[in-house]
Amino acid sequence: MKKYLPQIALLVAVAAVLVSLRAPRNTGEYDFVGFGRLPILVNGRVKPLDTVARTSLLVLQGRQRVKAPDGRSVSPEEWLLDVLYRPEIADTYQTFEIVHPDVLAMLNLTPEDGAGKKRFSFHQLAPGLAELDRQSKLADNVESAARSPFQRAVVQLRDGVVLYQRLQSSLLAPGVDHYLDRVAAFEQTVPDGLAALAAQREGKPHNASAVKTLHELGETFSNLESIAYLLPIPPLDGRNATSGWLNSGASLRRSLSTGKLSPAMRAYIDLGVAWRGYQPAQFNTTLAAYRVRLEGDMPAVLTRGNVEARFNSSQPFYTSSLLYVTAFLIALFSWLRWPDVLARTAFWIVSLAWILATVGIGVRMWLENRPPVTNLYSSALFVGWGAVALCLVLESVFKNAIGSVAAGLIGFATLLIAHHLALGGDTLEMMRAVLDSNFWLATHVVTVTVGYSATFLAGFLALIYVLRGAFTRSLDQRTADALARMVYGIVCFATLFSFLGTVLGGIWADQSWGRFWGWDPKENGALIIVLWNSLILHARWGGLVKARGLMVLAIFGNVVTAWSWFGVNMLGVGLHSYGFMDAAFWWLLAFVATQLAAMLIAGLPLNRWRSFAG
Amino acid sequence: MNLSTLWRDLRAFLISLKLTVAMIAFSIVLVLAATLDQVNLGVWAVQQKYFHCFVVYWNFGDFSLAVFPGGYTIGGLLLLNLIAAHIYRFKLSWRKSGIYLAHSGLILLLAGELFTGLWQDEYQMRLDEGETKNFSESFRAIELAITDTTDAKFDEVVAIPESVLADKKSVQHPKLPFRVEVKSYLPNSALQARSGAGDATASIATTGAGTQLIATPQAVTYKQNERNLPSAYVELHGPSGSIGTWLVSTQLIDAQRFEFADHSYKIALRFARHYNPYSLTLLKFSHDRYAGTEIPKNFSSRIRLTTPDGRDNREVLIYMNNPLRYAGLTFYQAGFENNDRTSILQVVRNPSWLLPYIACAVMTLGLGIQFAIHLVAFVARRRNVVAAVA
Repeated sequence: MKKYLPQIALLVAVAAVLVSLRAPRNTGEYDFVGFGRLPILVNGRVKPLDTVARTSLLVLQGRQRVKAPDGRSVSPEEWLLDVLYRPEIADTYQTFEIVHPDVLAMLNLTPEDGAGKKRFSFHQLAPGLAELDRQSKLADNVESAARSPFQRAVVQLRDGVVLYQRLQSSLLAPGVDHYLDRVAAFEQTVPDGLAALAAQREGKPHNASAVKTLHELGETFSNLESIAYLLPIPPLDGRNATSGWLNSGASLRRSLSTGKLSPAMRAYIDLGVAWRGYQPAQFNTTLAAYRVRLEGDMPAVLTRGNVEARFNSSQPFYTSSLLYVTAFLIALFSWLRWPDVLARTAFWIVSLAWILATVGIGVRMWLENRPPVTNLYSSALFVGWGAVALCLVLESVFKNAIGSVAAGLIGFATLLIAHHLALGGDTLEMMRAVLDSNFWLATHVVTVTVGYSATFLAGFLALIYVLRGAFTRSLDQRTADALARMVYGIVCFATLFSFLGTVLGGIWADQSWGRFWGWDPKENGALIIVLWNSLILHARWGGLVKARGLMVLAIFGNVVTAWSWFGVNMLGVGLHSYGFMDAAFWWLLAFVATQLAAMLIAGLPLNRWRSFAG
Repeated sequence: MNLSTLWRDLRAFLISLKLTVAMIAFSIVLVLAATLDQVNLGVWAVQQKYFHCFVVYWNFGDFSLAVFPGGYTIGGLLLLNLIAAHIYRFKLSWRKSGIYLAHSGLILLLAGELFTGLWQDEYQMRLDEGETKNFSESFRAIELAITDTTDAKFDEVVAIPESVLADKKSVQHPKLPFRVEVKSYLPNSALQARSGAGDATASIATTGAGTQLIATPQAVTYKQNERNLPSAYVELHGPSGSIGTWLVSTQLIDAQRFEFADHSYKIALRFARHYNPYSLTLLKFSHDRYAGTEIPKNFSSRIRLTTPDGRDNREVLIYMNNPLRYAGLTFYQAGFENNDRTSILQVVRNPSWLLPYIACAVMTLGLGIQFAIHLVAFVARRRNVVAAVA
């Protein structure tokens, strides 16, 4: 039994991964899955509605699950359908996360009013909206870095409310009675109105109310055009270009002159009528017909949307992070009992988690048509990926579970960081002009990120050395030597990549701004990593440090890298302001404090280290 | 202690790895301090205070205390250390070849940064659509330009640089029939209307725009996205006494004209100009955004490049990450203004721009070789260990 443990564990893990990857299925009568895969354009990218639903929910409440007031679980697609077509119901879902006590007080709410003591419905917020608007306008005048936590919370809530209201005005014009019925009758009322208008111009008798209706519609559509958030109407000729997409107001306004609706608009109106009328069969037929139409017009876009929606629902990075934790615990345990079998088990699970993360990153690259690192979120994914890859190499050479422990820890930590970074919205963003260069993103950004990975890995290996040596008896001479060699090798690797990445960055800067080096905070951060790594190497070569000193220096490498990765970004907002003290900053401080503590522990006299005492 | 032991001690100090480690540690502290101080000083002033100097001073009040070695000291010692160590320890061997390459690349890189600091000039060129210019302007340096426009065919320009103005010197130039006396110079200023009699006494201008406007001093800014806007009061003295006192400012768009001794002149304080033997015309500036957003996708300027001799007359497209390199200058797309109708190009002259590229190639090659040597040795050793265990 024990002999087959690695195989059994791997089999279970693979089965779990396969279950997580299986295609989502509809649980009710409505084809939510098909609806979630409809392509729309928002923020410059064509994406499935599923992504819109999930990222909006993450922004509003920090999670993708929604509970209806009656306790029923609501899928992101169903929530989005209600937001789009049944605002009166969507307003009762508790999807606004508010934790700041002063903001709650301002809205006359108490934690007890909210789901989970922190989530509130739009309905609950409504009476306080005027005050929220007033407070956020006051906060707008303060530079974002200098805002107090209350002002930040106010602005964040206001932005959430604006996003929610703009989503609600994507297909229905707010404040217009029976809007959906009126646009459903578009193809009768508008031709009538046009005919009446033509008659009026020729001075013939005409139907004045038809002309009036036409003018009213025109005004409504113009208003809608200026506020609608989503651009759901694809270009008529089926081109893949993103420039031809329209929002519903624009599409309807253009149809006014002909009296003919665009097929996509017709489909969205019919879907709304069916959804509001609780007609699942009609809903599904309309949806299927529209999807068939898109299949003919823009098959590539539809495939991309299908893949993205599938990617969203299978959450590969979540599964991967669970596997990393499991592997970490197993590998840790292997130092106490059954070293060979458990080390092998941990290694296989880490490999599986890494493959899953690789697939995830690959799908993101394909969706975005970009190299792996394009923003802070993807850098977190990639730092973890690179470090775990190095761990796998180490583990396959040394086979002492150290690589797996480090892999589990770094893999999980980076995915956790990525999860928190994803709360800002869609992580597949468009690149600003100067960054819009796949060549430099692929070379400079990737190498510099691999440099981060390697520096972190060296630091974590050193942590293992110190903690194992000081607190357990398990660090024998052989393991200690192996760790020293690993750390030294990884520091060499880190020096190579961080240096290469930094100079590639310099060359990019020379190409785009005319200076190789500008002492910009981010450049300096990268430079400090290079300098620190080369300091470690020179101190080692000069005999200034031995194994233990090497570990202390490598642990401080964690501090240096964390500062370059996140610290300088916080600096960019302004060091002198209170706004600097936001949550991420405290996490960074806490991380630095733990690293300094580990360095102090490493400084204990060797006879106090449990491994070396006897 | 005799001279030879002193020499030996100095040599031992210069080639020691301890010095290397100490200098790297110093440079880390220096870079970190310079990064944090950018919040207060901005990136330009920080470079002067920390890197382009031998000693970093800490100013409090009127006192300034030397607290840390500056960029030149640390970089210089590192360079000496590197060169000395290689001269004394150099042994031709494959095992060290990567290290040698990497370090000679580093020497080249440090030298390149030094040359860049010494020789690089930066200007900018603002072009409205349809406008043609044969000069670029400095970011910071200004000049007082007095132009003789009597002859319709050509202008004769006398430019007095900022350093002279700031010293409030009096200038007599062979091409000018009058002496220029700087009465007051404001490194950063704001112009206001000279409203009512109350302010009139504060201004010393007797003619030109200064009769309507008054310049008030402003705090000098070091911020990256702000520019100092200097003004000056300048009095011209002819053979028979004062001609008048003018208010000149970079904020006045048009030069002020006057007549003297049957010649017509223009006087203006402007950002120092760098003339090129060719001209650029902005045909079209484009600012593309991603559909349905305000996120910029690309900025580009379509430019016509013409030389007076007619050798070059062609269209070029300058866009992000694609500058125009021409006759020793490089033109980058830097910004835009005026509802996307004005393009701002950054113009850089850096004769040593290729050095960092060469240095990086050499260093990367060196580090790569060294890493590969270590890796091969490591794998071979592992294989032996595994074989021995088996």
